[in-house]
Amino acid sequence: MLVRVYVTPKRGVLDPQGKAVAQSLHSLGFSEVADVRIGKYMEVKLDEGLSRPRAEARVREMCEQLLANQVIEDFRFEIAEDGARRR
Amino acid sequence: MKWGVVVFPGSNDDQDALHCLREVLGQEAVALWHKSPDLQGADAVILPGGFSYGDYLRCGALARFSPVMQSVRTFAERGGVVLGICNGFQILCEAGLLPGALIRNRSLTFVCERVLLRVENAESRLTRLCREGELLEIPIKHGEGCYFADEVMLSALEANGQVLFRYADASGAVTSEANPNGSLRNIAGIRNARGNVFGMMPHPEHAAESLLGGEDGLKLFRALLSPEREAAQPTAAVPPRRTIASRS
Repeated sequence: MLVRVYVTPKRGVLDPQGKAVAQSLHSLGFSEVADVRIGKYMEVKLDEGLSRPRAEARVREMCEQLLANQVIEDFRFEIAEDGARRR
Repeated sequence: MKWGVVVFPGSNDDQDALHCLREVLGQEAVALWHKSPDLQGADAVILPGGFSYGDYLRCGALARFSPVMQSVRTFAERGGVVLGICNGFQILCEAGLLPGALIRNRSLTFVCERVLLRVENAESRLTRLCREGELLEIPIKHGEGCYFADEVMLSALEANGQVLFRYADASGAVTSEANPNGSLRNIAGIRNARGNVFGMMPHPEHAAESLLGGEDGLKLFRALLSPEREAAQPTAAVPPRRTIASRS
């Protein structure tokens, strides 16, 4: 089971990296860019056999305990289709 | 008094902290490898600077789960003195032993320079040999030293006297020009509510010998040397900072 985890800086947290990237996009001619925020994307592969609700609960715990620092980051995740079934 | 300096894979200022404690201050100090929960009877624990776990995921995010950290947490909960320097400060914030977080420097550059710290609160166990308003010149070297906390947390820190140091200029003014990393309210170091856990981004162990540039950091270590073991402080606010006290 593959879980896609997205960790992003909270509103109100300074994101100078995002600002720098937005400026670079502007200098490349993409003047329509209003703002850029940069976060993290993680792929967490879980052992087969977990029920979906159990997987969601466990991934939520993983995010709360380690994958995101909730002082400065928000997280969300989605359970992808089980790749093994697509053959 | 016995000091313990925790060593994580990637810590690099543990040697400097041990040198400062042993060679400069003549203290008994031991290195505490992160894999062991044994604090070896330390009376005070230092989490040193460096790049524990390569700063993977976030600075200090993985180190906070090392076996030694459960012992450090228990030690702190019982009132033991813990000082986190740079990466150590990051680890204490990740562990929730100090409020807030340290994020990427606003300039996006790694800053390596001597800065001036204004002592905001001279009542804490770490700063009691200082005067309020005193300036300490101490080196910083970090890429993720920008202190962040939300407005509610910041107001509580200020009201409770938990801000110990702010980046300031030579006249003692706390300005944005004097702020090397974008830290909110120029915060360079804080204490927990109880007053036994401290975190600071600058390196007092690198300001311990005039031969190497300055000694302003020594009085912070000396302040923790006090032989009397203070009773656990209640979690009430620090006594008013305007107390009349003579320090010499």
